Amino acid sequence: MLNISIYRYDPHVDSKPYMRDYQVDPDKCEGVMLLDALACIKNTQDATLSYRRSCGEGVCGSDGMNINGKNGLACVTPLKDLAGKKIILRPLPGMPIVRDLVVDLTNFFKQYKRVKPFLKNSGAVPAREHLQSPAEREKLDGLYECILCACCSSACPSFWWNPDKFVGPAAALQAARFIQDSRDDDTANRLEELEDAYSIYRCRSILNCADVCPKGLNPGEAISSIRRNMLDDGV
Amino acid sequence: MVGVATALGKNGLQDWLIQRVSAVIMALYTVTLVACWFVIKDGDIQGWKTLFSTIYMRTFTLLALLALVAHAWIGFWTVSTDYIKDMWMRLTAQVIIYIVIFLYLVWGIQILWGW
Repeated sequence: MLNISIYRYDPHVDSKPYMRDYQVDPDKCEGVMLLDALACIKNTQDATLSYRRSCGEGVCGSDGMNINGKNGLACVTPLKDLAGKKIILRPLPGMPIVRDLVVDLTNFFKQYKRVKPFLKNSGAVPAREHLQSPAEREKLDGLYECILCACCSSACPSFWWNPDKFVGPAAALQAARFIQDSRDDDTANRLEELEDAYSIYRCRSILNCADVCPKGLNPGEAISSIRRNMLDDGV
Repeated sequence: MVGVATALGKNGLQDWLIQRVSAVIMALYTVTLVACWFVIKDGDIQGWKTLFSTIYMRTFTLLALLALVAHAWIGFWTVSTDYIKDMWMRLTAQVIIYIVIFLYLVWGIQILWGW
């Protein structure tokens, strides 16, 4: 039997949040991941439990949550890795709670929008496509794979303290992705937009972001690469 | 871009660079002082006076002092903007700390060049 303690809070009903314990038989779950155990609870024990989910295979980034103190995706967390210990599930830290494990990601996506996560090229539109050499394409590895699950940003103390000014690890990774892209020619403006004391310089390189990223990415290193670009540009 | 009024540098890059360069200067100064401590016998006040009477040591000490001031300014600005959310409390704390840092700088210069 799995003992799962889940953060519950419905702002329309509850005066304050509380933890509720559930017992789940993993053999009765339709799957082997933590997300399957949550589905089992919702389907058989408590239909009021709220959490986000979509693809169920670590691609959409919907089910980011705090699992035994560490952010991660429930859909790629095997139940066997959690066997024998009490499982404590909380919503992603540092973000407003909508209900139970569902957090308000408005500010997270506002910061994402701020870094203009799209290709900007003022040149003539090519007949077929903007070509890249294999070396230029390789620079995007480790940057383009982000699924925007928010595990990194919500594990970052700098993002907790200044969520309105520091873009956070996820948005910084996206900024680096377009700064490194050889097809983008707006690099100078992108760097200028981020050179203030908050936007990326709030990163203190503690690397919680890299520690929790379910895709194995390193936003801290991406922020360092942006700083190197700024140094090249400004010294 | 986010505007700031009480930081030391004009942007994050400048603060970041100042903090790293000042850290290197302070580390080199610390190593130098420890090395001098091994060379000059403990309690030999005349040895220390001779060392600090040289223009090299005075200049290096002044450089380390300025590095410490810059490092402390940026460090406190960062910590205060993290933890003190009320604008007036933050501004008051920053002004007090900056005045204290300035007074320490003046005192340090006085000790270093005043004899």
